[in-house]
Amino acid sequence: MVREPVSDSESKSGGRAGASSLVSSQVEMRRELDRRRRVRNKVPEWPLHVMLIPAVAVIFIYSYLPMYGLRMAFQDFRVSRGLFGEQEFIGLDNFRFLFRMPNFLRVMGNTLWIAFLKIAFGLIAPLVVALLLNELSNQGVKRVIQTVIYLPHFLSWVILGGILVTILSPSSGIVNQVLGWLGIGPIFFLGSNDWFVFTLVSTELWKSTGWGTILFLAAIAGIDPNLYEAATIDGAGRFKQTLHVTIPGIIHVIALLLVLSLGDILNAGFDQVFNLYSPVVYESGDIIDTLVYRVGLLNAQFSLGAAIGMFKSVVSLILISSSYFLATRYLNYRIF
Amino acid sequence: MAQLFNRRPASRIKASPARIAFSIANHIVLILGAALCLVPMIHILAVSLSSPGPVAAQRVGLWPIGFTWSAYEWVVGNPDFLRAMGVSFLRIGLAVPMSLFFTVITAYPLSKEKKYLRTRGAYVWFFFLTMLFSGGLIPSYMIVLATGLIDTIWALVIPALTWQVFNMILVLNFFRQLPKSLEEAAYVDGAGHWMVLFRVYLPLSKPVIATITLFTAVTHWNSWFDGMIYMNFPENQPLSTYIRNILQTLEDVRLTIQDVSLIEFLNNDTARAAQIFVAALPIILVYPFLQRYFAKGIILGSVKG
Repeated sequence: MVREPVSDSESKSGGRAGASSLVSSQVEMRRELDRRRRVRNKVPEWPLHVMLIPAVAVIFIYSYLPMYGLRMAFQDFRVSRGLFGEQEFIGLDNFRFLFRMPNFLRVMGNTLWIAFLKIAFGLIAPLVVALLLNELSNQGVKRVIQTVIYLPHFLSWVILGGILVTILSPSSGIVNQVLGWLGIGPIFFLGSNDWFVFTLVSTELWKSTGWGTILFLAAIAGIDPNLYEAATIDGAGRFKQTLHVTIPGIIHVIALLLVLSLGDILNAGFDQVFNLYSPVVYESGDIIDTLVYRVGLLNAQFSLGAAIGMFKSVVSLILISSSYFLATRYLNYRIF
Repeated sequence: MAQLFNRRPASRIKASPARIAFSIANHIVLILGAALCLVPMIHILAVSLSSPGPVAAQRVGLWPIGFTWSAYEWVVGNPDFLRAMGVSFLRIGLAVPMSLFFTVITAYPLSKEKKYLRTRGAYVWFFFLTMLFSGGLIPSYMIVLATGLIDTIWALVIPALTWQVFNMILVLNFFRQLPKSLEEAAYVDGAGHWMVLFRVYLPLSKPVIATITLFTAVTHWNSWFDGMIYMNFPENQPLSTYIRNILQTLEDVRLTIQDVSLIEFLNNDTARAAQIFVAALPIILVYPFLQRYFAKGIILGSVKG
């Protein structure tokens, strides 16, 4: 998963030495080795450790201590006694309570279903759009379209939520007005359990499809143009070229994104749901993260909230680790 | 030989009718899709610039009716809005330089080979593990509480440094593809690591520095949840959190207007639209600069090899 970087300098200098005559190459090689040994011994290592102090401290306090703080899921936590103070240990009571909560299974189901739909369509839609963009011959038109469709990615769900609440309103929203002209009755996009998941998935696509095309377009740009020429000579039209050259050329990226998305199956998108939902649609739209917030912070049931969060973190750990394992083992993926 | 296989210029190949039909359909689909991304923004802008009458009567589409600046006059005269905006600018002013320094000095050692940093593997695992597992919302909140950051601007700055792990990967990958001979020459001349980082690496890293600067600034501008949970008093909340509050409360703006002359030129919808648009404006303004860099940045950071 985490590999050592390959030393470029060693391979490069080796090649350079081999180019000249045998004697001079040996001299040069010895000189090179000497120099490298000198460099290695001379540059002290400690400044590198000093540079890492701030990050290690901040990550330790704000990423690792919360992990330690998860022990509050096994306690009857009182804020007054503090995170590091003596708390009453209650074992698995919070988890027992959690699995008996009537809405927990429903929330799990909602989370999995919403996340699954987002992953599936979030992979297909950008792929299709990237292939369509690739067929545009006019680079100017292509660039303008790309610029426009990337924009929603940079606006927050607070702002998009404000816009969506306005335009999707059944009484005054412009969307229902247009649907009215087509003879379709007002639809309660944000206030009906039949429509809420559809609204979540489609607005997520609206926000992120354009951004998602970047990776595919980059992969398409990396395909050897000779392959297209060969295909043309073999009589393949544009559609056949897409099918037999472009898609096989980017299948590696598709597989990688698919594998990495495994880690997101419990992330239904807190920011989006939180800015769009209301108690009316809890039945279809309440997800783990929103439940943690309401139980843990709004109702101040800290231990129970931490227990729900821990359940999610542990399942995610297994999923993310497996996805990274698969990606590094089979798809030649490297993070650090 | 190669010349034989060169593709002829596209204009000389006669396109088949099916190809032309596809091309037209393709243009229509993509242009409609792009329009779909812009239309909601334009609608909100039109509402914010219209008079309350036509807005209430749902006559405003993509062009303002009964043009008026009143909603914006109300926004810039609204002390709560201005205070929230001040908090947002303050947090960006503090967080962006801090995050940049933090990210760069962390990415540099991690970009080194093992011969320069023998414990590199341990450090990498230390950072990598935070990408696999997290304590979650409640314990994180408790740590921010325990470190005394609640209701201070630092609650929006310091815990956010942990978000920089992604940017670190971006920067260290960029550092790694710089020519090794440059730093080796510097070492031979007696330079240490700090010197190499600030005199050799950073001058060569402007594109990636620009990318993470803009990413960080946009993230902090958009971030609302930390402002909501870490700030108990509305006057400490940044603009994104403020916008969320006004959108959720549905309070009638007219009750809060001090400037009586604006009342008849304003209603909830226009005032809200104006605030949404003002909050989105900085993003729209930096977007052209952002766009120059991000494509490269995201590709470097996410999928390699």
